Amino acid sequence: MEQTGEYTVPASRERVWEALNDPEVLERCVEGCRSMTVTGEGEFEAVVAAKVGPVKATFTAAIELHDVIAPESYRLQVGVKGGAAGFAKGSAAVQLAECSGDETRLTYHIEGSIGGKLAQIGSRLVQAAARKMAASFFERFAVDIGRSQGV
Amino acid sequence: MANETGIGAAVKRKEDARFITGAGRYTDDIGAHGQTYAVFARSPHARAKLNGLDSGAALATEGVVAVFTGADLQADGIGDLPCGWTVHSKDGEPMVVPAHPPIAVDKVNYVGEPYAVVIGESLEAAKNGAEALEADFEELPAVVDLASAASADQIHENVPNNQTYDWELGDKAATDAAFAEAHHISTLEIVNNRLIPNAIEPRAALGEYDAASGLYTLHTTSQNPHLERLVLAAFVQIAPEARLRVISPDVGGGFGSKIFVYAEETAVIWAAGKLRRPVKWRAERSESFLADAHGRDHVTKAELALAEDGTFLGLRVKTLANMGAYLSTFASSVPTYLYGTLMAGQYKTPAIYVEVQSLFTNTAPVDAYRGAGRPEATYVLERIVETAAREMGIDPAELRRRNFIAPSDFPYETPVALTYDTGDYEASLAKALEHADYAGFGARKAASEAAGKKRGIGFSCYIEACGLAPSQVAISLGAGVGLFEVGEVRVDVTGSVTVVTGSHSHGQSHETTFAQIISDRLGVPFENVTVLHGDTGRSDYALGTYGSRSLAVGGSALIKATDKIIAKGKKIAAHMLEAEEEKVDFADGTFTVADSNQSLTFPEVAFAAYVPANYPLEELEPGLSEKAFYDPPNFTYPAGAHICEVEIDPATGVVDITSFVAVDDFGHVVNPMIVEGQVHGGLAQGIGQALLEHGVYDETGQLVSGSYMDYTMPRADDLPSFTVDTTVTPCTHNPLGVKGCGEAGAIGSTAAVMNAVTNALGVASVPMPATPETVWRAAQA
Repeated sequence: MEQTGEYTVPASRERVWEALNDPEVLERCVEGCRSMTVTGEGEFEAVVAAKVGPVKATFTAAIELHDVIAPESYRLQVGVKGGAAGFAKGSAAVQLAECSGDETRLTYHIEGSIGGKLAQIGSRLVQAAARKMAASFFERFAVDIGRSQGV
Repeated sequence: MANETGIGAAVKRKEDARFITGAGRYTDDIGAHGQTYAVFARSPHARAKLNGLDSGAALATEGVVAVFTGADLQADGIGDLPCGWTVHSKDGEPMVVPAHPPIAVDKVNYVGEPYAVVIGESLEAAKNGAEALEADFEELPAVVDLASAASADQIHENVPNNQTYDWELGDKAATDAAFAEAHHISTLEIVNNRLIPNAIEPRAALGEYDAASGLYTLHTTSQNPHLERLVLAAFVQIAPEARLRVISPDVGGGFGSKIFVYAEETAVIWAAGKLRRPVKWRAERSESFLADAHGRDHVTKAELALAEDGTFLGLRVKTLANMGAYLSTFASSVPTYLYGTLMAGQYKTPAIYVEVQSLFTNTAPVDAYRGAGRPEATYVLERIVETAAREMGIDPAELRRRNFIAPSDFPYETPVALTYDTGDYEASLAKALEHADYAGFGARKAASEAAGKKRGIGFSCYIEACGLAPSQVAISLGAGVGLFEVGEVRVDVTGSVTVVTGSHSHGQSHETTFAQIISDRLGVPFENVTVLHGDTGRSDYALGTYGSRSLAVGGSALIKATDKIIAKGKKIAAHMLEAEEEKVDFADGTFTVADSNQSLTFPEVAFAAYVPANYPLEELEPGLSEKAFYDPPNFTYPAGAHICEVEIDPATGVVDITSFVAVDDFGHVVNPMIVEGQVHGGLAQGIGQALLEHGVYDETGQLVSGSYMDYTMPRADDLPSFTVDTTVTPCTHNPLGVKGCGEAGAIGSTAAVMNAVTNALGVASVPMPATPETVWRAAQA
């Protein structure tokens, strides 16, 4: 599976970078997130309740940051376990570009694969689910970052 | 008794009243006091090492009774799931068999393979427990592509090249010589697509253990409860057969997929003994997709050598057969003895050579599915015959006619080990051509062309071998079981009859057709005959239902038992009427004495047998109950001609089957309405394979056609109104002259559809399923 997306966030690149690396911000912005913990240098663990078509489960995601070039880009290596719902794994390349005004353009490119029930039932639905999750994240992220800036 | 319920009558099915009013009693309808529920944890990976399994959180989950792993079963002495037919390779070596533990121990080899079973007080508790299991998998690269499987990673430690056997049949030298003399050689490379069975009732099991008697009872969705019991006793070692009763109550379809002995019922009956509590399991539909044995899945290259006049000189077939990850119960026999042996078809091809390499991949096990090997053989043969006809510019019906085995040639010994007893292939084809209005095809094609559509017609003249037999031959070829059937006819005191058959009905209508036979032979009213089946506690050891054998083998056993009833009845009647036994005749339910007006009805004789007031006790035992085992001397050979006509819209790629004609020779027909229904169902499945159905794994071994969103079952509006007719050459070697009709529709139809599609498009080949996208692409080329 591959997916590319682009969002404009109403904050400076440094501010966006900082927020993206703040587990508390991420916990607030990922829909269904039960917890987001730092497990090591550049390593997070997220527990997220999510639904892909008829497959509903609590997923545990191990996230590692690679190729970090602050505040421009990094690559997330992600392994997701969903128990009986199956698994997902892959990487997401994230880039931040400064825009006119106090805005930042974030682009991401995901490459991944899914297995188990997610693949069996959800293979046609997983793209849409991923896009929906991303949209929801950036909607919340924009609000969150605006609030913290007192906008 | 030539009445409206006897042999040949279109009696309405006894079974239907309960089925259509929701009164059927299926495995999942049966409950036991204090039952628990099993949920299987299934591998999400196609191939992985199982480095550890933490069941602590699962066991701590509310309502979870137990968690059992593969190691637990092994520690308790539970054996592997066996494969019942040992096929030998060209070099004489027996097939290589990998270990097949019911529950994976330290590695998993296909998505859906169970690696633990969680038992809960409720289904929800068991599901929650399964969710809480923490398995430590170490992923390995999966072997998915059949064509390259022999050179891929080795899946099983003891199976080099992932090959279980490399089998051959026929005379290679004679076939090569035939090709050297050929005027024309047609070549075809085709794939027989993987199918997922999808019986309407998912598999289920209820295991019970009675501590007082030590008796195990397993209710399960088996086509073959005695085989289930045999395997669970002799191989898996649950308990001796005498302490294990297997009951298959109403079963909603099998198509072969419910013959096999699976992990789930094995674990359920074992766990019931371990926990001393009943354990229930029923597959969810998504589990059925993953864990029922799949069907077909071949890659084949075929070559046909012809003389200038179109006479077939030789046929060469090389096939790769996908076994999936393990050898399922009869997997090895399907692409060999049920496939290579059918390559003569209806033709006098003098030299045939078939090679089959069966390989393992990290996919669900593949085994018999409606037709089992014979649809695959028919697809190869009838596609290449049609191809040759087109290449040589000979009418496809005419080319077939020129090569048919003639009625005068029977018994006909093929170059691939079978001896056909009877048939009239020309008669079936002639009748089918008439029904299909072959003469009018040109005009219909022109009309389609005028409307911007492409019209095509395709033939399939199939043969099948039903009622696998005889035991002695099959066992010498590697079969691990006999191939007979048992039937018991118990005449009750008042003259009603209870029939116990070893065959199993899961849609075949034994309760009706077998009652018709008994009613016809004994002159007992149809409604006074009750047919019991599907219970090892009621019937002697039997072989169950598969390969269209129920009537030809199971029905023959009942006829033998009925003959014994009549013989004994005559003795009783002779005594009662003070006549010589030789002078007693029996017809239409009445015993008569020649040259006299004396007679006794069947119920009168039955009553005398059980209330022996005036009865020859010193010569005859009381009672009127007989049993017979019948081992057929040969297969039966149903055959027929299917003609499919399609119209394709090149703009959308949609294939519209405008007519489908099936003329089949099933020998004598007991119930024409039921036979027609069997043909309809078979045609739907064969057409489903051609146009709609496809079991697809992605390159990592994930099943991506694992639900009805992605796996397309045929629906009523995908199918035309079929034209079904029969011709009759009675089977020469069974008492009813019957051949079997259960699989013919699925065997013959697929090739007819694809011949029609390729004819319409004017292309050599289109892969199955011929979906609108595939057809559209072919139409653009």
